[in-house]
Amino acid sequence: MISRLLSHDLPRNRVLAVLLIIIAAGLLLAPFLFPGAKALGVASKIAVFILLVASYDLLLGYTGIVSFAHTMFFGLGAYGVAIASTRLGASWSSVAIGLGGALAISLALSLVIGLFSLRVKAIFFAMITLAVASAFQTLASQMSEFTGGEDGLSFKVPEVLTSGFTLSETPFLGASLDGRLITYYGIVFVVAIAFFALLRIVNSPFGRVLQAIRENDFRAEAIGYRTVVYRTLSNVLAAGFATLAGALLALSLRYNGPDTSLSFEIMLDILLVVVIGGMGTMYGAVLGSALFLIAQNYLQELLKFAATAVGGVPVVSLLLSPDRWLLWLGVLFILSIYYFPTGIVGRLRTGHR
Amino acid sequence: MTTTTAPLPAQAGIPQAKFDFIPLLLVAALAIAALPLIGSPSTWLTLTIAGLAMGMIVFIIASGLTLVFGLMDVLNFGHGVFIAIGAFMATTIMTAMGGYAGSDALGANLIAIFAAMLVAMVVAGAVGLAFERVIVRPVYGQHLKQILITMGGLIVGEELIKAIWGPQQIPLPLPQALRGALLLGDAAVEKYRLFAVVIGAIVLIALLFTLNRTKIGLLIRAGVQDREMVESLGYRIRTLFIGVFVAGSALAGLGGVLWGLYQQSVVPQIGAQVNVLIFIVIIIGGLGSTLGCLVGALLVGLMANYTGFLVPKVALFSNIALMVAVLLWRPQGLYPVAGR
Repeated sequence: MISRLLSHDLPRNRVLAVLLIIIAAGLLLAPFLFPGAKALGVASKIAVFILLVASYDLLLGYTGIVSFAHTMFFGLGAYGVAIASTRLGASWSSVAIGLGGALAISLALSLVIGLFSLRVKAIFFAMITLAVASAFQTLASQMSEFTGGEDGLSFKVPEVLTSGFTLSETPFLGASLDGRLITYYGIVFVVAIAFFALLRIVNSPFGRVLQAIRENDFRAEAIGYRTVVYRTLSNVLAAGFATLAGALLALSLRYNGPDTSLSFEIMLDILLVVVIGGMGTMYGAVLGSALFLIAQNYLQELLKFAATAVGGVPVVSLLLSPDRWLLWLGVLFILSIYYFPTGIVGRLRTGHR
Repeated sequence: MTTTTAPLPAQAGIPQAKFDFIPLLLVAALAIAALPLIGSPSTWLTLTIAGLAMGMIVFIIASGLTLVFGLMDVLNFGHGVFIAIGAFMATTIMTAMGGYAGSDALGANLIAIFAAMLVAMVVAGAVGLAFERVIVRPVYGQHLKQILITMGGLIVGEELIKAIWGPQQIPLPLPQALRGALLLGDAAVEKYRLFAVVIGAIVLIALLFTLNRTKIGLLIRAGVQDREMVESLGYRIRTLFIGVFVAGSALAGLGGVLWGLYQQSVVPQIGAQVNVLIFIVIIIGGLGSTLGCLVGALLVGLMANYTGFLVPKVALFSNIALMVAVLLWRPQGLYPVAGR
């Protein structure tokens, strides 16, 4: 049963299996284990990130293409829900319209980009996606009438999901049974289904072809697979799942702006999580996202502490200031590509075989 | 009975490849096509000079990137770091030489600018040397890792610049004598743009001379065509490559100075912003081709200025549209490089 659910792609390592169970249990029980709005926010962000990173892993880890437009699709999903909810009012139908519209745009856009630039080389695709994504980012901040510009959009969600809606007055195991809880479990549920779907995709014959293309595209073409078609399909699928993740993020935050879903920093976060977690292993996305988002809060605190500790030293204090958090992320990124090209999951699997 | 003798070719010189003029004509065609749309010839002249100036600056920046790719198959996403370093060094030098930069005399102004350019080129070249050693060298031949790791290099470089110069925008005013515009008939042409065109032309001539008339240039061109063949003839293409990488970084630093003065202000994100532009340029031109890089840069510069004037709303996408159009016509870029 579990093996079928995981598409027969088991963790294949005891430590990894235990870690995954801990994360899954943590996400399922988060509202009761760690009460409070902040913890719930972090937990839902982890869930959204798992889906986002897993969809990117389909592209980078399984198909071997580098895209810098993944946040564009993420942002499309978030903006779709945000704009529809602002314009049409808070209701399920506006969420559906927003998500549907965003999905349609995402799929069309990724199809066009893919067909257009995946014919040639991986490098072409990387550059073109970078160009398109930056144009999109500028567009989103320029069309402030629709997107709220740099300020973003705060919007209302359907009433069932708001904190005003309660199932029962008495808290259950320390957590109040309100709309926030429903939102959270809704997100976890959708993410779980989407994640299993992704696992199914990469372990299907289609997924095997993608991996063959990653290993040797020339040979895959020679065997008779149209690599363009497979790469484009992979790109479209990844874009679709990223859009879904964006919509979930917008629903959980009830806000969307360039910094939450479109910025290049998020693209870097995704890259980092995929690389650290382990490219080409869906489980790397789960492990990486959980570790990363917990570290993101924790490490910034640590940097703040370190910066005050060395406050007198001129250069070091500048480098350790919390604003330079991205610097250390970048260094970590480079080091992990050098020394852990297979990521945590790859390490665990080879180390204990 | 006739014995067929193969007629000797009349002229037994070195066979020359036919030069492809069409892309060059494209630049002229774009400029001419814009004239009736814009209407007034004086506005057109102003915009054309502005476009050429922007194109020349972009060319200076992108030439190093395209050569590095052509020679070693390395695509450096961190190229933007060198642009940013150039621009920020310019702010430091121009402030330090405030007396020269602020004076009214053209000579003193030029001394300040040339000093800034020199320092920017030296520093960007030195950083390029380190960048090649630390970031690029360990990942030769692995495209995926190259893209990821040079991107990481760009982020780290940008953050270090923020740590040194601060995250805020720094003004980089033009020196007194280069401000304002010259009147050519009715058309107002900004002095600095003419200056940028002149500097760009000098760099272009120097680059063409090095590539076409010197031994090193011959080796570089041969290396772009077929790296292994050059190596098997006993030349150290690695050393050559480091030289090209450093020179390309230095040119990017020079371009950064020009770009900073063009924008009259410098932000730490300048590298990432210009990166997008130069990627479009080298894709249009054909990865690895110097001439293609020039044509691509001029097309992008002109296009940006024309659409910025005619339909500012779509100016954003004009470059991408241009790239799409060119790639539909020639999928490998305007001047495809053999063997890529």
